[in-house]
Amino acid sequence: MGRYILYRLISAVPVVLGITVIVFFIMSLIPGDPATAILGAYASPENVAKLNADLGLDKPMVQRYFIWLGNMLGGDFGRSFSLNRPVLDEVVERFSATLVLAGVSLLICSVLGIAAGVVSAARQYGLADKAITLAVLVGISIPSFFLGMLLILYFAVHLRWLPVSGMYEIYGGRTFGDLLRHMILPATALAAVATGVVARLSRGAMLEVLRQDYIRTARAKGVGEGGVIWRHALRAAMVSIIPVLGIQAGFVLSGAVYIEVVFQWPGVGRMLVDAILKRDLMLVQGGVTFVAACYVLFNIIVDVAQSLIDPRIKA
Amino acid sequence: MRPHRLTRRAVLFSSAAALTLATTGLRGPLMAQTPPGVLILGQVAEPKTLDPQAATAANDFRISVNVFDGLVRFKDGTLEVEPALAQSYEISEDGKIYTFALREGIKFHDGSDFNAEAVKFTFERMLKEDHPFANTGPFPLAFFFSSVVSVEAPDAKTAVFTLSEPYAPFLANLATPTGYIISPAAVEQHGADFGRNPSGTGPFKFAEWRANEMVAIEKNPDYWDGPAASDAIVFRPITDANTRTAEMLAGGLDIMVEVPPVTLSQFRNDQYHIVEAAGAHLWFLILNCQDGAFADKRVRQAANYAVNKEALVNDVLEGTATVAAGPTPAAFNWAVNNDLAPYPYDPEKARALLAEADTPNPKITFLVTEGGSGMLDPVAMGTAIQADLAAVGFDVTIQTYEWNTFLDQVNPGLSGKADMAEMAWMTNDPDTLPFLALRSDAFPDKGGFNSGYYSNPEVDDLLNRARVSTSQDERADLYKKMQVIVQDDAPWLFVANWKQNAVATAAVQGLVLQPSFLLTLKSVSKA
Repeated sequence: MGRYILYRLISAVPVVLGITVIVFFIMSLIPGDPATAILGAYASPENVAKLNADLGLDKPMVQRYFIWLGNMLGGDFGRSFSLNRPVLDEVVERFSATLVLAGVSLLICSVLGIAAGVVSAARQYGLADKAITLAVLVGISIPSFFLGMLLILYFAVHLRWLPVSGMYEIYGGRTFGDLLRHMILPATALAAVATGVVARLSRGAMLEVLRQDYIRTARAKGVGEGGVIWRHALRAAMVSIIPVLGIQAGFVLSGAVYIEVVFQWPGVGRMLVDAILKRDLMLVQGGVTFVAACYVLFNIIVDVAQSLIDPRIKA
Repeated sequence: MRPHRLTRRAVLFSSAAALTLATTGLRGPLMAQTPPGVLILGQVAEPKTLDPQAATAANDFRISVNVFDGLVRFKDGTLEVEPALAQSYEISEDGKIYTFALREGIKFHDGSDFNAEAVKFTFERMLKEDHPFANTGPFPLAFFFSSVVSVEAPDAKTAVFTLSEPYAPFLANLATPTGYIISPAAVEQHGADFGRNPSGTGPFKFAEWRANEMVAIEKNPDYWDGPAASDAIVFRPITDANTRTAEMLAGGLDIMVEVPPVTLSQFRNDQYHIVEAAGAHLWFLILNCQDGAFADKRVRQAANYAVNKEALVNDVLEGTATVAAGPTPAAFNWAVNNDLAPYPYDPEKARALLAEADTPNPKITFLVTEGGSGMLDPVAMGTAIQADLAAVGFDVTIQTYEWNTFLDQVNPGLSGKADMAEMAWMTNDPDTLPFLALRSDAFPDKGGFNSGYYSNPEVDDLLNRARVSTSQDERADLYKKMQVIVQDDAPWLFVANWKQNAVATAAVQGLVLQPSFLLTLKSVSKA
C-alpha cells in the first residue's frame, strides 16, 4: 500500500508541472495586461510601460516562468498586486473557506444522494422511487446559481430566517452555529446537482447488485431485508459509487465559483474570478496551481480509498 | 420489507426535523439588524489597498477619504477647492511655487505628529525613485503630480511645492486621494503592508480588515474638524449586484452604493431613501476623425443628431444619468458653459447632413465593451445607439470586447480598427479629460488618449493657456470657449453624465453624495 501511494504521488509531479506551464502561458497570452487593468482609463502607452516595468513584466516570458517556478518551489508564490498581499496567504485563507463549503456540500450530496439512490432502488417503480426520480430530475436541471437566488429571496429576504450572504455575522458571530446558519443556503444550492447525480448513479449501481446471485444467497440464508440492502448490497455498490463521488468532488469545487459569487462566500472561486478580471497574474497562477495540486491530491486519496474497499485494485 | 420501510420513514422524519431545527432553533437574535451607532455599508468590491497613493479605484477611495485628509479638499457639494490640513496657501506670480501654511497640533492616528516633514515624505515616497520607501508602491496615479520638482519643509508648519511649469489642476489633484497625507511613522513600521494598516489624520481611524468580509473604521475622537456623527463604519464587499440588493432588502445593510438602475424601484418606498448626485462623469463615443466616414465633420454631427439621448438616459439607464451637452460635465459648475444645449434628437437633420456630405449610408465599425469603470450599461446602450444610427442610414457593425481587452483596442488609437468606440471618464478637474483626450499633442503615439485623432489648433491653444493660468475666472472663460468649438466640431458623440446613487434605510441621516465621487461619511448618522 505504501508503495502504491508513493508511486501515485511521484506520478503527480509532472501533472502539476504541466499545470503550471499551461496556466502561466494562458495568462500571458490573454489580451489585456495588468497595467491596463490597474490604470483603467488612464492607461496611456507610456504609463502602461512604466507600470509593467515596476511589476517586473517587461522581462521575456520564459525567463518570467522560471523565476516564478523557482520562487514557488521555495514557497514564495509572489505578491498579488490587486490585493497587495502575498498570494499564498490569500489562497490558503480562501481555499479553506471553499473547502468548508464544498466539504459540507459533498457530505450532503453523498449522504442524501446515496440514501435516495438506495431507497429508490429497493422500491423500484414504487411511489418513493417515482418521487425521488422526479426530485432528482429537478435537482439536476436547475442551475445552481439560480437555485441560490431563489433560496436567498425566499429564506433570507422574505422569511428572514437565514442570512443572505457571507460566512460569519459581522458582529458577534464566529461561532459554529453562526457558520452553520450561513452555510445552509449555499451548501444546499451547491449540493443540489451533485445529489441528483449521485442518487441516479447509486440507484443504478444498487439495481445491478441486487440482481446478483450472492444477494439471493444472502436472502436465502435468512438475512433481513435491511441487512441485505445496507450491508451486503450497498458495500458492493460502493465500488462504483466512490469514483463518482471523487468526480463530484471536482464538480462541487468548480460549481463553488458560482455559488461563492451569489452568496459572497469568501472562497477561492470568487477570488479567481476577480483575479482574472483584474489580470492579477500572480494570484491567478498561484491560485490555480494550488487548487489544481489539491485536486490531484484528492484524486489520489479517492483512488487509495477505493483500493482499500476493493481488493482487486490494490497494486 | 418491513424493517426497511421503517428505516425510510425514520430517515425522512429525522431529516425534516433537522431542517426545522436548523431554520428555527438557530435563528440568531441579531438577524437582519445592524448595531446602533455603526453604519454598515455595502461596497461593490473588496478594496485593493487603503494606501491612498497606491489606490486607483473609487471603491478604495470610499474608505480612504474617511481615514485621510489632504492639504486641501473639495468644498461640500462642489468641485471647488478649500483648505483642509493646510490653513491657507499662496501661489507665486509665475504659478510655479505653492506655499502651504499647515494646521498645528494635529496628530496621525498612530500618535505621531502631522507636520511639513510628513507632507514632504508623502510626496517624495510617490515621486522619487530613490526614496527609501519607494518600493512600497507602485503608485499608478503619481503622474497627477509629475510637474512637482521638489517639496521642501523650511519649518514644521510650512510646506513648499515647486513645479516645473504652471499647472492649474494642481490644487484639485491635491484634494484627491492621491494627494492625501500619510503617516511616515506608519509607513516605516509596516512597509508594503501600510495599505492594510493605514494611518492618517481623518475623521475615522482604521480598525480592522477581514479579507473578503469587511473593513471597519472607527471614530477619531480628536478630529481637528469636530468628531464624526457615527461611532464606526463597516464596509462590506458584495460584488454581485443582486446579492447586494437582497442584503439591503433583508436589512443587513444601512447604506448601499451603486444601486443597479433596474432595482431602484424596489427602494422607492418610505422604508428607504435614495440619494443621487450628478458626478464629474462623461459617457461618450470617440469618433475616428482621421479616416473613414467620420473624417467629415457633417457625418459626425449627423451622428450626434441621430441618437436619442433622452431615451437612453430615461429608458436604458432608468433616469440614473442626464444628457451630456458637451465635453465638460455640468458638475464642474464654474467651468461649464451653460449656454450650450445638447444636440437635439433630430433624425431629419441627420439625414440631411448625410445627404449633404454625399454619404447617405456610411459603414461604421463600433467598439463596445461588456462593462468597466463608469461604463454604466454599455451593451444595452451600444445596441440602442446602433438602432438610432441605422434609422437615419448608418450601417453599424458592433464588436464587443471584455473591458481590459477593449482598452487595449481603443487606447492605442482607432485607426485601422474602428470608426467609433464607447468611453467614459470620471475626473476631478475640467482640465483632465480635454487635455488628455482632445489635443493634437495627445494622440496615442504621443502618450495621450486622443484615440480619434481630433485636432484643432484653436482648441489646443485654449487648453494650453487654461492649464498654465492661475486665475479660475480666466480658466473658466477659456474652457467655455473650448466647449463651444468642440461641440460644433463633434469629435465625440456626447451621450450622458452619470448620476451616482446610493440607497439608505430611513433611519440613516445626513447622507450626501459628492460630485467628486468621494463618499464622505463624517456627518452621516443612524437614528
